[in-house]
Amino acid sequence: MEYLIHYSTIFFLFLGCFFILSGSVGLIKLPDVFSRIHAAGLIDTLGTGFIILSLIIHSGFSLLSLKLLLIPLFILFTSPISGHAISLFAHESGYKPKAKLKK
Amino acid sequence: MIFFIALTILGLSILFCIYRAVKGPTPFDRILSISSIGTIMALGIAIHGFAFNRPDFVDIALMYILLNFLGTIAILKFYKMKGKKKV
Repeated sequence: MEYLIHYSTIFFLFLGCFFILSGSVGLIKLPDVFSRIHAAGLIDTLGTGFIILSLIIHSGFSLLSLKLLLIPLFILFTSPISGHAISLFAHESGYKPKAKLKK
Repeated sequence: MIFFIALTILGLSILFCIYRAVKGPTPFDRILSISSIGTIMALGIAIHGFAFNRPDFVDIALMYILLNFLGTIAILKFYKMKGKKKV
Protein backbone atom coordinates (compact mmCIF):
# COMPACT_ATOMS: atom_id res chain seq x y z
CA MET A 1 0.00 0.00 0.00
CA GLU A 2 2.84 2.40 0.78
CA TYR A 3 4.42 1.67 -2.60
CA LEU A 4 1.08 2.35 -4.29
CA ILE A 5 0.71 5.72 -2.52
CA HIS A 6 4.32 6.66 -3.31
CA TYR A 7 4.26 5.78 -6.99
CA SER A 8 0.81 7.25 -7.64
CA THR A 9 2.00 10.49 -6.02
CA ILE A 10 4.99 10.57 -8.38
CA PHE A 11 2.84 9.72 -11.40
CA PHE A 12 0.15 12.36 -10.83
CA LEU A 13 2.70 15.03 -9.81
CA PHE A 14 4.66 14.64 -13.02
CA LEU A 15 1.49 14.39 -15.11
CA GLY A 16 0.42 17.76 -13.69
CA CYS A 17 3.89 19.20 -14.30
CA PHE A 18 3.73 17.96 -17.91
CA PHE A 19 0.39 19.69 -18.45
CA ILE A 20 1.65 22.94 -16.90
CA LEU A 21 4.80 22.86 -19.02
CA SER A 22 2.83 22.17 -22.22
CA GLY A 23 0.39 24.96 -21.34
CA SER A 24 3.17 27.48 -20.92
CA VAL A 25 4.84 26.35 -24.16
CA GLY A 26 1.46 26.86 -25.83
CA LEU A 27 1.34 30.33 -24.30
CA ILE A 28 4.50 31.09 -26.28
CA LYS A 29 3.79 29.23 -29.52
CA LEU A 30 0.14 30.02 -30.24
CA PRO A 31 -0.44 33.00 -32.53
CA ASP A 32 -3.31 34.94 -30.96
CA VAL A 33 -4.92 36.15 -27.72
CA PHE A 34 -8.02 34.04 -28.26
CA SER A 35 -6.02 30.87 -28.78
CA ARG A 36 -3.64 31.61 -25.91
CA ILE A 37 -6.61 31.59 -23.53
CA HIS A 38 -6.92 27.89 -24.41
CA ALA A 39 -3.36 27.24 -23.20
CA ALA A 40 -3.95 29.20 -19.99
CA GLY A 41 -7.08 27.13 -19.41
CA LEU A 42 -4.96 23.98 -19.72
CA ILE A 43 -2.74 25.26 -16.91
CA ASP A 44 -5.72 26.20 -14.76
CA THR A 45 -7.72 22.99 -15.00
CA LEU A 46 -5.59 19.94 -15.77
CA GLY A 47 -2.29 21.01 -14.24
CA THR A 48 -3.86 22.24 -11.01
CA GLY A 49 -6.17 19.23 -10.81
CA PHE A 50 -3.47 16.60 -11.17
CA ILE A 51 -0.96 18.31 -8.86
CA ILE A 52 -3.53 18.83 -6.09
CA LEU A 53 -4.72 15.24 -6.58
CA SER A 54 -1.17 13.99 -6.03
CA LEU A 55 -0.79 16.14 -2.91
CA ILE A 56 -4.10 14.81 -1.55
CA ILE A 57 -2.94 11.22 -2.11
CA HIS A 58 0.36 12.05 -0.41
CA SER A 59 -1.20 13.72 2.64
CA GLY A 60 -3.91 11.18 3.35
CA PHE A 61 -7.43 11.85 4.58
CA SER A 62 -7.48 14.76 7.06
CA LEU A 63 -8.46 18.41 7.36
CA LEU A 64 -5.45 19.29 5.23
CA SER A 65 -6.78 17.33 2.25
CA LEU A 66 -10.09 19.22 2.55
CA LYS A 67 -8.18 22.51 2.38
CA LEU A 68 -6.27 21.19 -0.61
CA LEU A 69 -9.55 20.23 -2.28
CA LEU A 70 -10.76 23.83 -1.97
CA ILE A 71 -8.04 25.04 -4.36
CA PRO A 72 -9.20 23.28 -7.59
CA LEU A 73 -12.83 23.83 -6.54
CA PHE A 74 -12.26 27.57 -6.46
CA ILE A 75 -10.23 27.54 -9.67
CA LEU A 76 -13.08 25.63 -11.32
CA PHE A 77 -15.30 28.66 -10.67
CA THR A 78 -12.88 31.49 -11.38
CA SER A 79 -10.87 30.29 -14.39
CA PRO A 80 -13.79 30.32 -16.92
CA ILE A 81 -14.90 33.73 -15.61
CA SER A 82 -11.49 35.32 -16.12
CA GLY A 83 -11.05 33.61 -19.51
CA HIS A 84 -14.41 34.84 -20.77
CA ALA A 85 -13.75 38.34 -19.43
CA ILE A 86 -10.35 38.54 -21.15
CA SER A 87 -11.77 37.36 -24.47
CA LEU A 88 -14.78 39.71 -24.20
CA PHE A 89 -12.66 42.78 -23.45
CA ALA A 90 -10.11 41.89 -26.15
CA HIS A 91 -12.94 41.56 -28.68
CA GLU A 92 -14.55 44.81 -27.57
CA SER A 93 -11.33 46.77 -27.90
CA GLY A 94 -10.93 45.71 -31.50
CA TYR A 95 -8.63 42.68 -31.75
CA LYS A 96 -9.77 40.04 -34.21
CA PRO A 97 -8.75 36.36 -34.31
CA LYS A 98 -5.95 35.68 -36.82
CA ALA A 99 -7.15 32.27 -37.96
CA LYS A 100 -9.48 32.17 -40.92
CA LEU A 101 -12.44 29.85 -41.31
CA LYS A 102 -12.39 27.26 -44.07
CA LYS A 103 -15.12 27.68 -46.64
CA MET B 1 13.27 14.91 -3.69
CA ILE B 2 10.30 14.50 -6.05
CA PHE B 3 8.88 17.83 -4.95
CA PHE B 4 12.09 19.67 -5.76
CA ILE B 5 12.11 18.31 -9.33
CA ALA B 6 8.46 19.38 -9.69
CA LEU B 7 9.34 22.85 -8.37
CA THR B 8 12.11 23.10 -10.98
CA ILE B 9 9.67 22.26 -13.78
CA LEU B 10 7.20 24.85 -12.44
CA GLY B 11 9.98 27.47 -12.40
CA LEU B 12 10.82 26.69 -16.02
CA SER B 13 7.19 27.16 -17.05
CA ILE B 14 7.07 30.45 -15.08
CA LEU B 15 10.05 31.59 -17.20
CA PHE B 16 8.07 30.82 -20.39
CA CYS B 17 5.10 32.81 -19.05
CA ILE B 18 7.41 35.75 -18.17
CA TYR B 19 8.68 35.71 -21.78
CA ARG B 20 5.12 36.11 -23.05
CA ALA B 21 4.36 38.80 -20.43
CA VAL B 22 7.36 40.87 -21.52
CA LYS B 23 7.03 40.39 -25.28
CA GLY B 24 3.26 40.09 -25.69
CA PRO B 25 1.91 42.50 -28.31
CA THR B 26 -1.46 43.25 -26.70
CA PRO B 27 -2.13 44.12 -23.03
CA PHE B 28 -4.52 41.17 -22.80
CA ASP B 29 -1.62 38.79 -23.47
CA ARG B 30 0.19 40.27 -20.51
CA ILE B 31 -2.86 40.00 -18.24
CA LEU B 32 -3.39 36.36 -19.30
CA SER B 33 0.21 35.35 -18.68
CA ILE B 34 0.34 37.18 -15.32
CA SER B 35 -2.82 35.29 -14.32
CA SER B 36 -1.25 31.94 -15.20
CA ILE B 37 1.96 32.93 -13.37
CA GLY B 38 -0.22 33.50 -10.28
CA THR B 39 -1.80 30.05 -10.59
CA ILE B 40 1.58 28.35 -11.01
CA MET B 41 2.95 30.31 -8.03
CA ALA B 42 0.09 29.14 -5.81
CA LEU B 43 0.77 25.52 -6.81
CA GLY B 44 4.46 26.10 -6.11
CA ILE B 45 3.66 27.42 -2.63
CA ALA B 46 1.57 24.32 -1.87
CA ILE B 47 4.29 21.95 -3.17
CA HIS B 48 6.94 23.89 -1.21
CA GLY B 49 4.96 23.36 1.98
CA PHE B 50 4.95 19.61 1.38
CA ALA B 51 8.63 19.57 0.42
CA PHE B 52 9.74 21.13 3.72
CA ASN B 53 7.20 19.22 5.89
CA ARG B 54 5.25 22.36 6.77
CA PRO B 55 1.79 21.89 5.18
CA ASP B 56 0.40 25.13 6.67
CA PHE B 57 1.46 26.85 3.46
CA VAL B 58 -1.72 25.50 1.82
CA ASP B 59 -3.69 28.36 3.43
CA ILE B 60 -1.35 30.87 1.83
CA ALA B 61 -1.83 29.17 -1.55
CA LEU B 62 -5.63 29.40 -1.21
CA MET B 63 -5.42 33.11 -0.37
CA TYR B 64 -3.01 33.65 -3.29
CA ILE B 65 -5.53 32.19 -5.75
CA LEU B 66 -8.35 34.41 -4.40
CA LEU B 67 -6.20 37.54 -4.76
CA ASN B 68 -5.06 36.44 -8.21
CA PHE B 69 -8.64 36.27 -9.52
CA LEU B 70 -9.54 39.65 -8.02
CA GLY B 71 -6.42 41.28 -9.48
CA THR B 72 -7.15 39.89 -12.96
CA ILE B 73 -10.70 41.25 -12.97
CA ALA B 74 -9.60 44.64 -11.58
CA ILE B 75 -6.87 45.17 -14.21
CA LEU B 76 -9.31 44.09 -16.96
CA LYS B 77 -11.84 46.68 -15.79
CA PHE B 78 -9.10 49.34 -15.89
CA TYR B 79 -8.16 48.48 -19.48
CA LYS B 80 -11.78 48.49 -20.60
CA MET B 81 -12.32 51.98 -19.19
CA LYS B 82 -9.15 53.15 -20.90
CA GLY B 83 -10.34 51.81 -24.27
CA LYS B 84 -13.72 53.49 -23.91
CA LYS B 85 -12.09 56.84 -23.28
CA LYS B 86 -9.99 56.48 -26.41
CA VAL B 87 -13.05 55.82 -28.61
